[in-house]
Amino acid sequence: MNSSDRQSPWVNYVKTWLLLLGLLAVNIAVAHLRLGGWNFFITLAIAIIQAVLILLVFMHLHQGKNENLVVACAAYLWLGILIVGTLHDYLSRNWVPGPPFTR
Amino acid sequence: MLKPKYSRAMHSPYEKHFESAEQQRDTAVFGMWIFLGTEVLFFGGLFMAYTFLRWASPVTVEVGSRHLELPLGCINTAILLTSSFILTMGIQFSENGRPRLAASLLAVTAVMGIAFLCIKGTEYLHVIHEGLLPGPAFRIDRVMSPDSLRAGMIGALGQKANLEPQNVVPTVAELFFWLYFVMTGLHALHLLIGIVLCLVIAVLLRRPGGVSRNAVHNTGLYWHFVDLVWIFLFPLLYLAGHW
Amino acid sequence: MNTPEIQAHPAPEPVAEKSYLSEHTLRSWLLTTDHKRIGILYLLSILLFFAIAATAAALIRLELITPKGDLLSAEMYNRMFTLHGVLMVWFFLIPSIPSVLGNFILPIMLGARDLAFPRLNLLSWYLFMTGGCLALWAILWGGVDTGWTFYTPYSTLYANGQVITMATGIFIAGFSSILTGLNFIATTHKLRAPGLTWFRLPIFVWSLYATSVILVLATPVLAILLTLLAVERIWGVGIFDATRGGDPVLFQHLFWFYSHPAVYIMILPGMGVVTELVTCYSRKRLFGYNFVAGASIAIAVFGFLVWGHHMFVSSQSPYAGMIFSLLSYIVAVPSAVKVFNWTATLYKGSIALDTPMLYALGFIGLFTVGGITGLFLAALAVDVHLTHTYFVVAHFHYIMVGGMVLAFMGGLHYWWPKITGRMYPEQLGRLAAIVTFIGFNLTFFPQFILGYLGMPRRYHSYPAEFQFYNVLSTAGSSILGVGYAMPVFYFIWSLKRGTRTGANPWHATGLEWTTASPPPTYNFAVIPVVTEEAYCYPEPAGPPPKDTSGAEEDRHA
Repeated sequence: MNSSDRQSPWVNYVKTWLLLLGLLAVNIAVAHLRLGGWNFFITLAIAIIQAVLILLVFMHLHQGKNENLVVACAAYLWLGILIVGTLHDYLSRNWVPGPPFTR
Repeated sequence: MLKPKYSRAMHSPYEKHFESAEQQRDTAVFGMWIFLGTEVLFFGGLFMAYTFLRWASPVTVEVGSRHLELPLGCINTAILLTSSFILTMGIQFSENGRPRLAASLLAVTAVMGIAFLCIKGTEYLHVIHEGLLPGPAFRIDRVMSPDSLRAGMIGALGQKANLEPQNVVPTVAELFFWLYFVMTGLHALHLLIGIVLCLVIAVLLRRPGGVSRNAVHNTGLYWHFVDLVWIFLFPLLYLAGHW
Repeated sequence: MNTPEIQAHPAPEPVAEKSYLSEHTLRSWLLTTDHKRIGILYLLSILLFFAIAATAAALIRLELITPKGDLLSAEMYNRMFTLHGVLMVWFFLIPSIPSVLGNFILPIMLGARDLAFPRLNLLSWYLFMTGGCLALWAILWGGVDTGWTFYTPYSTLYANGQVITMATGIFIAGFSSILTGLNFIATTHKLRAPGLTWFRLPIFVWSLYATSVILVLATPVLAILLTLLAVERIWGVGIFDATRGGDPVLFQHLFWFYSHPAVYIMILPGMGVVTELVTCYSRKRLFGYNFVAGASIAIAVFGFLVWGHHMFVSSQSPYAGMIFSLLSYIVAVPSAVKVFNWTATLYKGSIALDTPMLYALGFIGLFTVGGITGLFLAALAVDVHLTHTYFVVAHFHYIMVGGMVLAFMGGLHYWWPKITGRMYPEQLGRLAAIVTFIGFNLTFFPQFILGYLGMPRRYHSYPAEFQFYNVLSTAGSSILGVGYAMPVFYFIWSLKRGTRTGANPWHATGLEWTTASPPPTYNFAVIPVVTEEAYCYPEPAGPPPKDTSGAEEDRHA
């Protein structure tokens, strides 16, 4: 194993760390902008990018076995099923005429 | 911990029901990923409750979010991200045959985790002093203070948020702070477990017998997972209402 | 990796022929990491909880002989059906086949020496017992009267019983089942014998795998929900209280997101057992193996998409109701595929009506009835009439008892010689199976009629016009009780007096039948190499099958 091989994980780690901190700064900055409905989705998207970076680089997901990747994807997919499945009830409640669903 | 006693060193024998050390290692890592998957869904229930609250009363959630300590939250996020970085380096050193350096870095990680908890404790005290602990002592007038209600702005979900006092629902505000305490509290509990794990591994790494690669690797996975949860908690709780 | 070049890993013990039952100390049982002993520990535990829950059921049925609420007060009746539901669901049905038969048989079926994480397996059992003891404590110290569904706001605001204790017990037992599922998934992926590819696995393994996927993905949501329930009872801020900005339906969404897949946790292993039984006792290959394997996974995945069908009348949006209803119809398809494939396997098979086969045949019929009545309930408009009536009660008992319990009994009889090395008395076994079948139908078929006529569930009194069917149902339950009790006696009898069996008394295929009965501690002297497909019984008019792994053991009975 020559020195450049041994160096590359370190370089990746440092790059990822700096990228994570940079994204954090962007997230905080964007949150102060008046972007209406987009605020929520942008901050969430930045969080997802940070999460993917940690999963791939720090948790070595891309280097390891496929089955670990499947487990990670399945877990988030199932969380998505929970949220989408419940939300589609709430979002379609007021489509029916009648007293609106309020707090 | 439920790890085999005699496979501490990297090239030592493996458990009787495995055929090779590599098979045992792969299985241990796979098992850890499955466990982390269950934790995603465990926290996921709380994220579902948050989603409900944000959908049902977006204005109140945003107003409530303004009362959280954003600077402390930012510092905490930076601490956790950096701790993940330091831990990754530590684990890399332990795999490259430098256990004592690895042990130091793991100890630093644990210290950063403790720093996180201290700052979080400070945050909790601030919030409680503000009168925002849900319960009989909850001060709704603090939530609806003039500087947190800026009329005429557009809410994050696009609704015209007339942030008049009557659009902020007191009980929902209480629920937001309740979710804040429950979600960050559960996260802090997991972080505490992570701190203990890091310290135990750090101590074991310094001993002549060493510690199994699996234990180190899986501790890393656990810590990074706790970081992942915070990466989502932070924008949802702290960044909701700062436009 | 599963290449044939890997040398078989010899057993570490010099005396590998000693059976796993040879050590008798308490310590060797309570500190065991042997999956076979842990399976037996689970068997004893779940029987205890079953007995308590069945007693509650007996009290319920006794109360319901008369229209008036005379045997039990309303509150006591509510505690009884809660006890029955909680113990049966979490402390009997969910662990039954996976933790008893799965723990015992899965590693042997895979050609492995143990599960991937043996100590985690023991921890699972201790967690299960801890959860169970907490549940019993809750029952003894005031009981819980919310129903096993713990619906809010009653459970958070008004219920006076030991809700938190019970919830904690279920939480801990849930964690136990998560660890079991994790263990099974890791074992199936990593510890298969050489040559045992995924599509050579017995369907029992596929079913347990699908069950484990559900266990691992669904149970954590229950865990957090129980945590929220407990926090809400203590802190009381109102996340499930509509008057305070929360929503009781949020509780139901989170609850049923777990509990619907939970019913698939309960039935999938039963389907796996039935596949083993149907192939063995018709001495035929499984019809459509790939479809049955795929159906197991499809049930696991689609089972997560249908939970709203428990909430059609809860003020859930009708549009969401339509989607959940459609998905519920879709999820019935893989179950139907399995029923068709079992039937096609039976067709032109050489059927032996041994006890396990009687249970399997009973399963196929009763599960079909239960499944179809589920489709009645999945139709939105029909559900408005039938929901919360005895129709629902009959539907799920047809699946849980007519399906799952029969499958459990069938599997227990089938693998009893393997587990104990002794055969149970066949005639008594057949008699018990028939008594159970008759008793079951007499108990639960009248409940379909009652539900259709409008009798609501969870009431200790009812209008007098429903009495006739209630009396029929109670009479049936006494017969059912006899059917349950008989195996307890003859199984215990067989431990001392049953005929000793060899490795393969049923002449079945599968790696578990290539090792001794009872198996040695490390399962195999030499790890087998698999070269055959699953269920390689001969064609009805063909030559005898090739040996699966070269160990055609002694046939002396």
